[in-house]
Amino acid sequence: MTDARTLTPTELPAQAESLLAKGFRVALVAGHDDGDKLRAVYLFTAANPDRRVELHIPLDKNNPRVPTLAGLSFPAGRFEREMRDLFGIVPENHPLPRRLVRHFHWPQGWYPMLSDAGTPPAFEDVAGPYPFRTVEGDGVYEIPVGPVHAGMIEPGHFRFSVVGETILNLKARLWFVHKGIEKLFQGRRAAAALDLAGRVSGDTTAGHTLAFCLAVEDAYGIAVPDDALRIRAILLELERLYNHITDLGALCNDVGHGILNTQAQRVREHLLRHNDHVTGHRLLRGAIHPGGAHILNPPDLDLLADLDADIIEIVELALSHSVVRDRFTGTAVLTRQQAADLGTLGYVARASGLTGDARIDHPFFDMGGTPAEHTHTDGDVLSRFMVRAEEIRHAIALVTRLAADVRDLDATAAPGLSPVARSGVGIVEGWRGTIVHRVELAPDGTLTRVKIVDPSFFNWPALPVALADTIVPDFPLTNKSFNLSYAGNDL
Amino acid sequence: MSALGVVGGVVQPLLVVAGSPLLIGVLRQVRAKLEGRAGPGVLQPWRDLRKLLLHKESVTPRGTSEVFRYAPLVLMATTLVVAVVVPFVTTASAVDPVADLFAVVALLALGAVALALAGLDTGTAFGGMGASRETTILALVEPTLLVAIFALSVRVGSTNLAAIISSTLDDPARVISPVSLLAAVALIVVIIAETGRLPVDNPATHLELTMVHEAMVLEYAGPDLALVELASAMRLSVFLGLLANLFLPWGIATTATPLALLIGVAALVVKVGLLGAALAAGEVFLAKMRLFRVPELLAGSFLLALLAVAASFFLA
Repeated sequence: MTDARTLTPTELPAQAESLLAKGFRVALVAGHDDGDKLRAVYLFTAANPDRRVELHIPLDKNNPRVPTLAGLSFPAGRFEREMRDLFGIVPENHPLPRRLVRHFHWPQGWYPMLSDAGTPPAFEDVAGPYPFRTVEGDGVYEIPVGPVHAGMIEPGHFRFSVVGETILNLKARLWFVHKGIEKLFQGRRAAAALDLAGRVSGDTTAGHTLAFCLAVEDAYGIAVPDDALRIRAILLELERLYNHITDLGALCNDVGHGILNTQAQRVREHLLRHNDHVTGHRLLRGAIHPGGAHILNPPDLDLLADLDADIIEIVELALSHSVVRDRFTGTAVLTRQQAADLGTLGYVARASGLTGDARIDHPFFDMGGTPAEHTHTDGDVLSRFMVRAEEIRHAIALVTRLAADVRDLDATAAPGLSPVARSGVGIVEGWRGTIVHRVELAPDGTLTRVKIVDPSFFNWPALPVALADTIVPDFPLTNKSFNLSYAGNDL
Repeated sequence: MSALGVVGGVVQPLLVVAGSPLLIGVLRQVRAKLEGRAGPGVLQPWRDLRKLLLHKESVTPRGTSEVFRYAPLVLMATTLVVAVVVPFVTTASAVDPVADLFAVVALLALGAVALALAGLDTGTAFGGMGASRETTILALVEPTLLVAIFALSVRVGSTNLAAIISSTLDDPARVISPVSLLAAVALIVVIIAETGRLPVDNPATHLELTMVHEAMVLEYAGPDLALVELASAMRLSVFLGLLANLFLPWGIATTATPLALLIGVAALVVKVGLLGAALAAGEVFLAKMRLFRVPELLAGSFLLALLAVAASFFLA
């Protein structure tokens, strides 16, 4: 169903502009090393009806240059910087031509994703200064935080420019943990790469595994049985459940209201044990595979109904607490316009009034029903709290409805013998937002390139924007309300 | 210097030093139980102190001066002096002139200021941030503290804490006077703010950016940190003991007999323990206020203290 077009670099901007004007968004941009040539692939997607357009730009290996799309789409500009750091494909006239992914200590001119990159070289001396925008003025000072934090947090450096307690400017410096996971996929067969896909971001096992499987099935042309699709949809919602309730508790904890966190943790533990009961793994690993899905037991609907009642109570208690509500309300507002301009996804986007949801826009299975309705869309912490609470209720209802129709707990289609297409795309609404995987396969079925896009890649730039004019002590709360993945962002 | 005062001056600091970590342990345990957690047990703060004292070494950050090194000592010394002189177990004070309202409040403020200076001395963003927040709170807390206790001293005609407590013992009806009640509420609020409890500061947080007290002491390690932690726990005991004895002095020893002293010790332990448990239980229902709301709360408590003083003149 993907419409692929091959273009020259000069044709790219006009094509991209016309696609964006038709309501497409930039879902993925990836570099490819085809041996004698490089190739940039731009995936545009649009909703209602589900449309996917790929633009392939073959490039000269000695001088790979593409015209930048940064002026048309902010996410495209970030993808281009990523592509430049990993493949050396230069976006011409990019407004912010600084490194993005490239670690401080990587040697200049070493591009890890090229086929002849070899083993990672030893770390070199720090390559030049890392420029932070300096804010000057009376009483302005800087607070550097991280990359090593006091809690169990992934590494990220935050540089606050502050006057008094008010944040004037925040720079989030990430990209400390490049794992080369995309390269690890190469040369494996799909089944052997499944475990990798499940570990892109530890809390999004079902989401990333499913996106990968959908991409592989797209390439092989496999039609997956309905029961397997239902099971997959259920697993996706179970993952959303346990992550959302964790966040609800953590948000309460960050305003010092610990008892609700304790209760949320209790609910989370029940959900994790329920995951174990359903799939044999607390984090839902191993249940989804190319061509199908299998679970050990159907979801325990009585337990979910009980937990639903508990979650409703937790949310009510949080909202009826005047201090908690005061801390949430109006804190770190991301306006609808900002959310749309930055291309945010998932609950961050929905809390700002956008409606993107891959379950509706790019359905792998027609689940029926309506999406969750959101009562708070002001873009503040309260909205992000409420969106999660409402999605939890929706997810439990969805699981309950889908579980009634599941007859076969182990449903798998016959595996395709060889790929019918060279590439495939998988789009899934993970709990954080829309996950996109794009795979390319050799005729013998080994993976030649896998590009993973976690919604965190789109949402990270929104955090500093939302934090402007927020006070420093509200940063942890805001950060938690976004709860972005470092691992899914820095592949 | 009476025999009673000397006995008090020996027993009180021993009791405060030994008991304060247990008080913190009780607070945490009460909170854990109410939240449905098992909790680490009341002895955990002592285990932590033992670890810091015996198995860790002090690390002095590069570029810090004597201010940083002496601050834990100043904090501990001032708190110890307060523990010696304030009538906690016996009505007589070991060093009667120092058991003065202004002297005691000044001593407690001195310790807090020393720690804030140490936070600044580290030169780190967190130390400065913590010190700035602490000073903001301190500036609002100290006047309230003074005025609230002053309200109680008006009718006694003396700012000597021993005199205030003895007069309450002689005339128990005073406890339920408007003056006492207003002053008690004001004192409770400032004690919560001064000792870094919810809703002003979250003692359980690990988030550097939201900390107040913890941000100032981030750079301390080993025995230095143990000293700061112990002194902070003692400050909480001292404040709660002061609150208990100003408004409910019963049980305090008026003679130097062993039985009276035993009752005095037991009474203090029970009163402070109950106040601490009540504090911890109350915290379960609270959340941390937005930083800029804290001055509003403290201004409110200052108003109550002022009303207490006014009432003490008009109702006397």
